[in-house]
Parts: sequence; C-alpha cells; structure tokens
Amino acid sequence: MNNLDSHILKIINEELSRKDSAYNIRKDGKSIERASTDNIKIESKTDKDGIDIYVKEGTINGYVHIPVILTKSGFSDKVYNDFHIEKNSIVVINAGCGIHNDAHKDSSHNGIHRFFIGENSYVKYIEKHYGEGDGDGKRILDPVTEVYLGKNATLEMDTAQIKGVSSTIRQTKAVLEDGAKLVIGEKIMTHDNQTAKTIFEVTLNGSNSSAKVTSRSVATDKSHQEFISNVIGNNECFAHVECDAIIKDEASVTSDPKITANHIDARLIHEATIGKIAGEQLIKLMTLGLSKKKAEETIINGFLK
Amino acid sequence: MIELINLSYEIDNKKILDNINIKFDSNFTVITGPNGSGKSTLAKIIMGILKPTSGKILYNGEDITNLSIDKRANMGISFSFQQPVKFKGITVHDLINLSSGEEMNVHDACEVLSQVGLCAKEYINREVDSSLSGGELKRIEIASVSVRNSNVTIFDEPEAGIDLWSFNNLIKIFKNLREKNNGKTIIISHQERIINNSDKIVLLENGKVKEIKSTKELNNIVSVTNCCKVGGDINE
Ligand SMILES: Nc1ncnc2c1ncn2[C@@H]1O[C@H](COP(=O)(O)OP(=O)(O)O)[C@@H](O)[C@H]1O
Ligand SMILES: [Mg+2]
Repeated sequence: MNNLDSHILKIINEELSRKDSAYNIRKDGKSIERASTDNIKIESKTDKDGIDIYVKEGTINGYVHIPVILTKSGFSDKVYNDFHIEKNSIVVINAGCGIHNDAHKDSSHNGIHRFFIGENSYVKYIEKHYGEGDGDGKRILDPVTEVYLGKNATLEMDTAQIKGVSSTIRQTKAVLEDGAKLVIGEKIMTHDNQTAKTIFEVTLNGSNSSAKVTSRSVATDKSHQEFISNVIGNNECFAHVECDAIIKDEASVTSDPKITANHIDARLIHEATIGKIAGEQLIKLMTLGLSKKKAEETIINGFLK
Repeated sequence: MIELINLSYEIDNKKILDNINIKFDSNFTVITGPNGSGKSTLAKIIMGILKPTSGKILYNGEDITNLSIDKRANMGISFSFQQPVKFKGITVHDLINLSSGEEMNVHDACEVLSQVGLCAKEYINREVDSSLSGGELKRIEIASVSVRNSNVTIFDEPEAGIDLWSFNNLIKIFKNLREKNNGKTIIISHQERIINNSDKIVLLENGKVKEIKSTKELNNIVSVTNCCKVGGDINE
C-alpha cells in the first residue's frame, strides 16, 4: 500500500483501524490484504473473482471491512462478494470503493454483493463511493446488491456517493420474510456531466415485514439523476419510499416510483419531492450572518448528512 | 439604534406600508396592531428580507437601506421569524451553532434551550423539521436567535403557539438581551404582558403609524389592542 492507497482508504472507509475486524482490501482487481477472525471467515471464491464472507451463528459485534481501490486508468474490475450471515448475529459491514483516475482511459468497478441474512440477525451495511483524479477518463461504479432477509432479520443500508463518480447505475434488490425489516438511506450528489441512476426492487413476502427507503440527492451543473423504485407487497406489510431531490443550475432529476399491493393489508407509501433549495431556508441562514454561498453549502451538507 | 425615515412599501400597486417614521431608541419597543396592518413586513424590511419602495433605514446613523441580509446580520441585527423555517438534516444543535457563530458544546447548547423551557437533551439532536410541533419550532427559533446577543433583535409574535410555556420566561429572555451588551429589542406582539413590559409602543394600522407612546401613557392603548386580538396563531 502506498500513500495514495491510504488516502483513498481513509476517505471511503475511515474505521479500518479497528483491530478486531475481519477485512479484505482489494486493489486493482487483486486482494492485497486479508484477515479473518474467530467468528468471521473470508475466503476466495473458486469459480469466479470474489470472496465469501461467513459470519458464525450468534456473532455479536462483528466488524467486516471490504474496501476496494482502483488506481490503474483503464482498468475494469468486476467482483462477486457473498455474505453468509447465520442467525442471531449483529454485524457491521463497511464496503467503500474509491477510484483514482489520472489518465484518459475509463476505469470502472462493478461489485455484485449478495446478502443472506439469517433469522433474527441484524446487519448494518455502509457503502461510500468516491472518485478523484485529473484525467478525463471516466470513473464508473455500477454496484448490484441483492438481499435476502430471513425471519425477523434486519438490514440497515447506508450508501453515499458524494463526489467524483462520472457515471453510476445502482441496482438494489431485496426479498423479505416474516417480520423482516429493511431500512435504506441513500445519498447521491452529482456534478458536471455526471449521471446517476438508482433502481430499487423490494419484495415484501413475509407478514409484518417492512421496508423504508429514503433517497436524498443533489444534482448540480449539467448532471442528471434518475430514481426508480418498485415495491411489491405480497402480505400484510408496510413500506415507505421517499425520494427527495434538490436541483441546481441546469441539472435534472427524474423520479419513477411504482408500488404494487397484492394483499389487502399491504400499506405502501411513496413520496417524491424535486425542487431547488427553498428560498426561505437561504434567507433564514443569511439572517444568521451566512453569505448566500455559505448558506447554500450548509443546506446541502445538512441534507446529505 | 434603528431609525426608519419616510419608509413605504408597495406590492401590486397596494400600499402595505405608508410613509413610516419611527426611531427605535428605547430598549424594549413593542409593535402592535391588527392582523394585516404591516407589522411583519416592517420587520422584514429592517432585516433586509424585503426592500422598501421608498424611504431609508438607518442603523446607528448609517444608511443600510441597500445592504444585504447577511451584512445586516453581521452588523448586529437579528430576526426571529413569525413562522420558523424548517430544514432537512440540520439539527437543533447545528442551528444553535450557526446562530451563535461558534461550535457550542452540548452543555452550553442545552442551556440555551432550557431558557425556553425545552428539556434540552431530548431536542438537541432532533432535526429542525416537521417532526417538531409548531410550538417547539417557535421556541427553538427564539432560543437560537437570542444566543446571537445582537445589538438589535426583532421578534415577530414570539408568543404565538407557545401557550404552554410561561410568558415570564419569554420576558426573561428579553431582559437578558438588554443586560448583555445593552441590546435593543423590538417585539411584534398582541400580548398584554409583553406590552406591559415595554418602554415604547408603536401602534400600526393599515400600514400607517397610528400612535407611538411610551409606557407611562400606555393604558388606553392596551385596551385598543385587546379588542383586536390576544395571542396570534402560528399559521397566520
Ligand atoms: N407578497 C405579498 N403580496 C401581496 N400582499 C402581501 C404580501 N405580503 C403581505 N401582503 C399583505 O400585506 C399586508 C401586511 O401583511 P403583514 O406585514 O404580514 O401583516 P401583519 O404581520 O401585521 O399581520 C397584509 O394585508 C398582507 O395581506
Ligand atoms: Mg405578522
């Protein structure tokens, strides 16, 4: 690992310093550092590129870090990571990805993550995406996340893409059994000509299962964002999807919500708001002595916090 | 000190404020008058949120008519909104920090909130959004503005929506502002107890100054305002 690597790691995965975590650091398509713990085993896949992460039944306060860094311009990385989390466990997973591209070829990372979460387990999944570099080569991140939530299992997923990613298509699919709970918080900010598309497909099969998806996004300059979601309620269940976007300059945002209830006791809600920063918010912060520019930054930073 | 000279404000050919002349030289001035008489408009003009159609605003003798909101704020003018503004992702603690211009620790930020009778720990990390009630938002607004310790602080109907909270606390805040760096307070209010604590009363009607009186001659004015309304509504 060189200075650039640690700089990127710091941005995407700040908690890596924990001594008791299992981790795998992937750089330019190769695993460069790895450690398992008594309860959490990380193994290479034999049939394709990627890893299996096994979390033993009853693991309490398990930590997993699987950061990815890309520094070679023109490199196209694809990886399959599967999380097998046995029942009655509590696990925090950090999976950041940072691309540094200083040249003119496109660099891309395509991570396919699958989660099999056992009965009564709780998983917190944190994903931070980031790009940088002076080259005109694109920095592309196309993550696919598939989640299977067993009985009374919970997944809280926080994802953030704040800077430097030229193009992204995010696909998230989840299937929920009885009493399972899914909470997703997504934050996306785009600049220049960047594009971001995010697609959610949540299927609530179990009785008393619930899903809450909150997407907050800021589109600036000439960037474009698209939010697509499809929530299907096949049982007595509850879902709340909220897409909230701020647009600036010549940016554009499309929101395409779909909710399907196949059960009389399915309660599904979708809310979508798109608009510029509220004038009264700017005025209020200016009455506290902030310049218009600082007020705008404060509103956006809070919104994406 | 704020002074308004021949100040008028028109919108769609309708005169909202008509040739206003007021010197806010007392420590504690109350502006009162019926709904729609132009009180909030006047406050917004002093803060720079609205620009007058004609006339001048002086602050300590300096013409500030064309200065921006933030310039005025940094010169020492503050404004507590009649209807507090909501934010997504900005917490009560953030707002207090932004308002005071420094990073306050949790203990100090809690002190600020307890001034307005809010049990601070429960509120400090809440977002300033619609999950808070109108009365809670209003108290947070008052507390966060008072922490600025400005030379001039304008409160627009501070009593509205806070019936559960005693007026003594509110009056204590105004007194504190006066004691610290001799701040002057301008309060838009219908509340008799606030009016009774003032040094000067300005009665607005139909965009005009109907009367300016010092407290000693106050009694008949109180009865005038009482007939109009006691206690505003947060949503008006
Ligand atoms: N943007 C506006 N357009 C037209 N009329 C307005 C506007 N803002 C305020 N007014 C009118 O100006 C008058 C004074 O309003 P306001 O200053 O809010 O009164 P007050 O605070 O005394 O109740 C009212 O008649 C109100 O309807
Ligand atoms: Mg008003």
